Parts: sequence; structure tokens; C-alpha cells
Amino acid sequence: MKTLRDAKIGDTVKVVKLHGEGAVKRRIMDMGLTKGTEVFIRKVAPLGDPVEVNVRGYELSIRKADAEMVEVQ
Amino acid sequence: MAGIRIALAGNPNSGKTTLFNALTGTQQFVGNWPGVTVEKKEGKVRGQKDVNVTDLPGIYSLSPYTLEEVVARNYLIDERPDVILNIVDATNLERNLYLTTQLAELGIPMVIALNMMDLVRKNGDQINTKELSRQLGCPIVEISALKGDGVDEAVKACVSVAGGKMMPQHSFSGAVDHALAHIEEVAVHDLPEERQRWYAIKLFERDEKVLEKLNLSQSVRDHIEKDIQAAEKELDDDAESIITNERYVYIGGLMKGCYKKKNKGQMTASDKIDRVVTNRWLALPIFALVMYLVYALAMGAPIGDGGISLGTFLTDWTNDVFGGWLTDGSRSVMESLGAAEWLTGLVSDGIFAGVGAVLGFVPQMLVLFLLLCILEDCGYMARIAFIMDRIFRRFGLSGKSFIPMLVGTGCGVPGVMASRTIENERDRRMTIMTTCFIPCGAKLPIIGLIAGALFGGATWVATSAYFIGVAAIVISGIMLKKTKMFAGDPAPFVMELPAYHVPSVGNVLRGTWERGWSFIKRAGTVILISSIVLWFLQGYGSVNGKFGNVEELYEDETVATEEYKEAKAEQMGVPVEELSPMDDSVLADIATPVSTIFKPLGFGSWRPTVATVTGLIAKENVVGTFGVLYNYEAETEDDELDEEGSQIWTNVEDDFNKISGGYGKLAAFSFMLFNLLCAPCFAAMGAIKREMNNAKWTWFAIGYMCVFAYAIALIVWQLGRLFAGAPQIVGLIFALAVLAFMLYMVFRPYKEATKLASR
Repeated sequence: MKTLRDAKIGDTVKVVKLHGEGAVKRRIMDMGLTKGTEVFIRKVAPLGDPVEVNVRGYELSIRKADAEMVEVQ
Repeated sequence: MAGIRIALAGNPNSGKTTLFNALTGTQQFVGNWPGVTVEKKEGKVRGQKDVNVTDLPGIYSLSPYTLEEVVARNYLIDERPDVILNIVDATNLERNLYLTTQLAELGIPMVIALNMMDLVRKNGDQINTKELSRQLGCPIVEISALKGDGVDEAVKACVSVAGGKMMPQHSFSGAVDHALAHIEEVAVHDLPEERQRWYAIKLFERDEKVLEKLNLSQSVRDHIEKDIQAAEKELDDDAESIITNERYVYIGGLMKGCYKKKNKGQMTASDKIDRVVTNRWLALPIFALVMYLVYALAMGAPIGDGGISLGTFLTDWTNDVFGGWLTDGSRSVMESLGAAEWLTGLVSDGIFAGVGAVLGFVPQMLVLFLLLCILEDCGYMARIAFIMDRIFRRFGLSGKSFIPMLVGTGCGVPGVMASRTIENERDRRMTIMTTCFIPCGAKLPIIGLIAGALFGGATWVATSAYFIGVAAIVISGIMLKKTKMFAGDPAPFVMELPAYHVPSVGNVLRGTWERGWSFIKRAGTVILISSIVLWFLQGYGSVNGKFGNVEELYEDETVATEEYKEAKAEQMGVPVEELSPMDDSVLADIATPVSTIFKPLGFGSWRPTVATVTGLIAKENVVGTFGVLYNYEAETEDDELDEEGSQIWTNVEDDFNKISGGYGKLAAFSFMLFNLLCAPCFAAMGAIKREMNNAKWTWFAIGYMCVFAYAIALIVWQLGRLFAGAPQIVGLIFALAVLAFMLYMVFRPYKEATKLASR
């Protein structure tokens, strides 16, 4: 299973499914990371975490631990 | 129509605050939502009679999980405003409309204020407002909150729809709509028609707060549950996610019909800036430079003294005014008017000197807040969190905690107040509790005194003070995040990085003034009162059974007789000529018994105790108090420490050696640690109270600092004695127990909470 965490900088990936449950999952989805959304991996923070992605036309910062919950292709 | 209430709702960074300011002008009242520290703003709409607007917290969704969302939700459901003014950032339409679909379901008439349309046009993009308005079923007004364009039209639209009803127009896919219709029928059909949709969706999502409120019978709940499970099975997801998905699918369809983007994939100016500013290699150097500039401008070396700090320049000037001519001036005015001496002393030495010492910080703070507001308004603050997050979250803090701590090296008061930019309540509380561990400017003289008097001016003492401050933050962060008080609500792990823009002058000045004014107000109340009380305590006392101003009583030889002085001197353990009137003050009377509690720390004597207590007024008072209390032989006044420094230093060294049984250095180091880490000055405690906005948390924070300081000083003193080959057995056992407890708290296993708790 490939997750958002594994995606390389500069890649554009498509969300397949969100794992996890409850508040954390809801929060990620509220921010627009839902099934079928295209996500562009913009950059990684200087210290290696978090990751900046472009989703639905805006910039989002997401920690790697949470990016792991987003299955992509 | 009398009394229209407008609720202003929208995403963070959508220009909500700017619109609110444009709507209300200066007629606004800032407070907090009942029981929570989320800011509540209300105001009258200018140019309109009886139209009030409430600014809801900036939110992305109406989920039941975060404090801000619950506050907004409860207001909308329980108070039912007459109309919702939903501000939507047109440059970020897709995600902003997500909240819009949720607001539409509430059944409250809604007007959409489409903000930043000028930017959309400038990019060459097109939004078909008419079509969007038709599809969503509510009026849309194009505005520019910053320029004030369209604001009056938005208000007019609000007034015209107020009092009506709103039926949500959007629909979901077949299976979901079917389930929702069924739930409406069995569970909420007796509610007003326009509200049914909201409750049906919340029941479908299994929203605990709504389930609790509706109090449905078990058979109805089972019935609904069947519908939900059928839909979940069909769509292979949990109910909450299904709804979220459906909303975005609906918005996706809406966007296709109403939104035309001109250049897909082209970089905007903001993207270009960000490519440099958060570049993998440049980000940290740029960050260091920005922080250096903020620090240098606000609290570094003043202009005209080799520095660039406007803040320090103005603060020096204010201190001259208050410390010099207002204190002296008020004295001569009062004396010439023939006021009683005690009144003159109270006004000049108590009020003007005490409050003046605090007000002196105001210019530095205003410059600092101005710079922080600019950083926040232009979008850099979010990048700081992005850059620093990795380090700080290990200690239960957030990337944004860096700023309060940096500012805290200058003064703890603005440091604590700078924590307001941290949205997450848990992170903010943790930051407030730990910021004051960093040695602030006023603590530096304490370090200088101890290093100079006992360590021959060794630089490692000052260096160790900073290391210990940082270590205290790290250890406290790790210990506290594992406690129940901080468990449960993890920091927001997803954060928007808003587009950079030129900060608005109005917003920046307003933000600066709001923070500065709350400080000035406090200086006029809490600090004023504590200055008066402490001035009284150290100036008055009973001498030989007679109560009054101790200096006057000492001059009166019929009261302060030779025998009395000798007895007193013997009791204090000093020669008669070293006795000062202050030894008989109420403060000394209080301090002497209190000093017992510092015995296990090695400095259980009244002088260091008084210094610790006066340090609560302002930390530099510790040194001032030492100046008074250790100023024997020489006839100089208290604050001429520099000239008489060596004499006082010798006395300090002798006294610490005496009270600690020959381990003066260790005792002095322990004393320094306690004073650096314990409760901060009253001004900073006031700031903590203001930012916590909760008595329990305020006392917990201050109590924690004192206990932590005590524990560290105890460990250092007792282990020091052990290594010196002279352990104090009982104390050592306690110290080891405390150390073991702290190690356990730091290293005990802990699972990061993944559920956001809600209140």
C-alpha cells in the first residue's frame, strides 16, 4: 500500500482511501483530502517533517505520521 | 424591523477579521466565549440601526471535535441568529464552500460575501456568481474586505433576508439521500422543516452531541442505525467520511459549472516567495535572520547606542520619565503641598516607582507586538510553525511556541502574550507554562550577582542558566504532555499555509493596540495594588512593640533603644551596626519563618528569602534587595551596587557560606536556580492569568513553576552535598525520591493520543 508519506517531492498523486478513524480522519478530510482528490507534493520542511502539499488549490502542511493514513496511487 | 443579529462565519484566513472591522468600525466588544478561551467579538454594524454582528471563531467545518467548531456550532444552533454572513475566500473557493454547505443546512437565512474577487480577476480567473448563487440558494455579494468595497451591499442583503428561512439546495448521492430522507421521517419530522436536514445529517454521522440532545428512544436509534449501516456497506466507508466525501463531490460539480481557471499550474507570486522562504537550505538561515531582526528592533541595543532597537530606545526614555522626574517630581510637589510623609512615600516610591517599572516595558512591547502582528498578517507565522514543528512537538509544544520563548529571553510578559498566536489550546497552555523558564532580561542581574559574588565572574554560570532554562522547558514539556491534564487533544496536525500578502495597516495596528492596551490596563490594576502592598510591607513594622514606619521608629531612640537593637541583632545573627530598619518590617517578619522551607535547598535564611519574595515584584529586585540587605559598613544607598559591589559581594559570599555550613557556592547556585525557575514577577503572572483566562489553570501554572523550581534546587543542593562528601541524609532521601519521580515522569511509556477531545 502506497501512502502520502511515501510520495516523492514533485509527484502528483491521487487519494485512494483514508485509514484511521474519528477526529483525526475527519480533520484530514475536512481539509479536502478526500477520495479521488489530486495532491501535489510541494516540499518537505528543512528538518524533514512536516510535508507541504497542494490540494484543491491551496497549500497544506501535514505531518508525516498523519500522511501515513492517506492511501494514494 | 428591530434587532437583527448577524453571525459572521468563515474559514480562518478568509478575511473574516478584516470584514468584521469594516462592518463595525470602532464599535466592538472583545471578550471570551463563556467558559472557554476562544475570543468572542461583538459589535454594532455602523450606519445601521439595531443591527448587531457576532464574529464566530474561524473554522473549516462544523465537526464536534475542536473547541472553536463546538463554540461556533453551539452558537448557531442554540442562539439561532437571524442571518449568517458567510465570508468565502474566492481565491480558495473549493475548500471554503465546504463550510458553506454545512452552514446552509442549519436553515438559517444566509448571505455569502465573496471576498478577494479582485485577486481572482487579477489572476484572470472567472467565477460565475449568478450561477453559484442559484445553485446554493442564497444571495452572493462580491466584496473586498480590505478596501471596504461591497460591505454595505452585504449588510443590505443580510437585512433583506433576515427572518426568512433557508432550504439547503445541495444533494448527495442516491444511497445517502435515501438514508437521510428516512432518518428525517422517523426521527426529526416534528422539528421545523428547514432544520430537519441538519439533524438528519448529524444523526447519520452519529454525532454524539446531537444524539445526546435529541434524546431519541432506543427503537428509533436502532432503526436509524440500520439505515446508516446499509449506506456504510454500500459505499465502503464510515458514515462521517461518507458525508464529508459527498460534500466535496457536490462542490466539485459546482466548481465545474461556475469556476474557470485561466492558467493551470502557473506559479503565483506567493508560490515564488514561498519557494525561497521555506527552501530546504535557505529556510533556517532566513528564519534566524527574521528572528534576529524582530529581537534587535524590539529589545536589542537601543538606537544611538550601536543598535537598531526603537523599542529599547523608547523604553529607556520612559524609564527616565517614570524613574526620574515623575518619581522625584511627584515627591517635591507633594512635599511643597505639605502632604504627610507617608503619603508622599506611598505615591512616589510605591506607586510611581512600582507602576513605572512595569510601564517602562510598554514601548518595547508595542514594537514587538507590531512586528509579530506583521509576521502573522503576512503569512510568515504559519511558515515558522512549518519549519520548527518537528523540534517542538516532541515536548508537547508546537512550532509556534518558538516565538514566545524567543521573546521570553527579553521579557516574560510579552513572551506569554505572544502565545496568543497558537490556536491549539493545549499547545498554548503548555507554552504559557514553560515560557517563563527562559531567563528573561530582569533575571540576568541575578545571574550576574551570583556569578560575581561567589564564582569570580565565571561565564559558565550564565551559560548554564540558559541551558537549564531550555532543559526545564524540555523536561516540563515531556512530563506535562504525559499527564492527564494535557492528554487527549493532540495538536492540529494539518495546517493551512495561507498565501503571502501585504499586511493590512489597520489589522496590524489594531492587533498591536489590543495587546498593548490589555497590558497597560493591568499595570493600572493588579500591579498598582501589589506595588502599594509591598511598599507598605517593607516600610512598616513594629519596633520594640510600637508599630509604624520602621525608619522613623529607628531614628527615635526612645523606641529603638540600644538594648532592643542589641537583642534584635543577636536574634538576626548580625552585629548591631549592620542592623537595618527593614529587619523589623512586616516583610522581614513574614520572611523569617518562611525561610525554613528553603533550608533543604541550602539557603534557608531570611535575607535570601526576602530577596526571593521581592523578586516577585520584579526579578531585578532580587539584586536590589541584596543591595539593601548586604550593604553593611558602607553608608551608601541601596542602588549603588556597582560602586559598592565588591563590599556587598564579600558580604553575600560570607553570608551564603555561613548559612550553608561552608558550601556557599552550592547554596548560591541553588538559590539562583530557584529564583530563575520559580513563579515569575507579578507582571508576568498577570499575563499568565490573562492568557489562561481561567483561575484553575493560572494557579496550576504558577504552582507548577514553584514546585519544579523547588525540586530542581533540592536535587542540585542535596546531590552537591553528597558529591562534596557531606550528605544531609533526610534531605538526600527526599531529593533522590524527587529525582526518581521526575525520571519516571519523563521516561514512562506514553502513547500519543489520536482522539481530539471536545468539551
